[in-house]
Amino acid sequence: MRNPQLNEHGELQHLLSLDGLPKSVLTAILDTAEPFTEVAEREVKKLPLLRGKSVFNVFFENSTRTRTTFEIAAKRLSADVINLNVATSSTKKGETLLDTVDNLCAMQADMFVVRHESSGAPYLIAEHLHNTGRHHIRVVNAGDGRHAHPTQGLLDMFTIRHYKKDFHNLTVAIVGDVLHSRVARSQIAALTTLGVPEVRVIAPRTLLPTDVERMGVRVFNDMHEGLKDVDVVMMLRLQNERMNGALLPSPQEFFKVWGLTMEKLARARPDAIVMHPGPMNRGVEIDSAVADGGQAVILPQVTFGIAVRMAVMSMLAGS
Amino acid sequence: MQLPDAESMLHALVEQMRPNMTADTALVGIHTGGVWLAERLHKALGLTQPLGCIDVSFYRDDYGSKGLHPQPQRSGIPFDVDGTPIVIVDDVLYTGRTTRAALNELFDYGRPSRVDLAVLVDRGGRELPIAARYCAHTLAEPLAADQSLQLERNPSGKLELGLINA
Repeated sequence: MRNPQLNEHGELQHLLSLDGLPKSVLTAILDTAEPFTEVAEREVKKLPLLRGKSVFNVFFENSTRTRTTFEIAAKRLSADVINLNVATSSTKKGETLLDTVDNLCAMQADMFVVRHESSGAPYLIAEHLHNTGRHHIRVVNAGDGRHAHPTQGLLDMFTIRHYKKDFHNLTVAIVGDVLHSRVARSQIAALTTLGVPEVRVIAPRTLLPTDVERMGVRVFNDMHEGLKDVDVVMMLRLQNERMNGALLPSPQEFFKVWGLTMEKLARARPDAIVMHPGPMNRGVEIDSAVADGGQAVILPQVTFGIAVRMAVMSMLAGS
Repeated sequence: MQLPDAESMLHALVEQMRPNMTADTALVGIHTGGVWLAERLHKALGLTQPLGCIDVSFYRDDYGSKGLHPQPQRSGIPFDVDGTPIVIVDDVLYTGRTTRAALNELFDYGRPSRVDLAVLVDRGGRELPIAARYCAHTLAEPLAADQSLQLERNPSGKLELGLINA
């Protein structure tokens, strides 16, 4: 089957999911992101790579951090950036997804950064572009439904590599609402591809997909056991907006059992780092003492996210 | 073709540059060969400004056709570019496009008081109006486009020129 993400030379055409991308491509993206971190320290924080290109941020679902960091990344690459909050405009008037895309193509788009509440929407767009012969237009998935959030997964890998140098002797725990999390899926795919020997998920059974073991992870239903001797703790946001029905008793009860406190973190290795993709629910999945503590690398994650998105966009636009 | 010895060319380059070096002169090497060369020049000339390095991958004019150069390196300019006399150092001068990219990148850090170019070898084939102020050796006949001339550094740190016929 054709992998719509790669061209016939194995080069990245679209970034839709980390699942199915070889280690060499993931490593190339992380290596490319490294020199982009330095641009933020310059007098002129701009590179000419995407000069004259139009990047459309098409967000069918709201997001502030992801959209903003994509916008900064594209602007630092000298692209013209157009932000479309489609959730509040065309779609409401009844336009279909592909009609919206065709209209933006008619405005000479070079790249779409797409966030959609339905899993697979960015694939649909990439296939549509392929089938209509618009091979020069690139698609970046900025989060689709419960499926994938590849640039978040990549910036998490960049953060881990920055602090831990190597993936090959790490124990990494992903904690919280795995069931509704596209971030967790991207993280698991990347961690296993990059050779992390032990990936754990720690969550109540109700917030785990039924076939989660098949993703190559060890499942824990207890924080004290699951966090023992881990090097990296990756917290997930409790996704209230994606839950239908009573999967949980209450946020307070969730915090008591599953919230990351200093006491629970003490089970991890003393040099363990704590990550969170944001936005944080303080007092629900993470205690303020941890979020603001010395082991948290949550704000560096945001900064690295810009360099990683610059790397992805410049690799796509030049291929 | 007999290539000149890189170590003796390096010596010649040091002597060309020495009379014009000032207390605030800074060197900026272009990855990778230019950085090796700049490290040696920096030491031989006894310069006090820390050494800068540039990877021009993000400024290349063939990005649109060839894409991003694989494995770009981090650029680092550890001194204030504003008002500083700078010598860009590269191993081989060819079309001049790398030098153009390096100039563009350098000016994103500030406004140097002047910029010169030092190279080990000028292989001919210029496509831009660029000349080196310091050049240890100019090839009598320009190399063919399918030939690649570049600096190599052996494990003991000795520099050598390598010619590759594609």
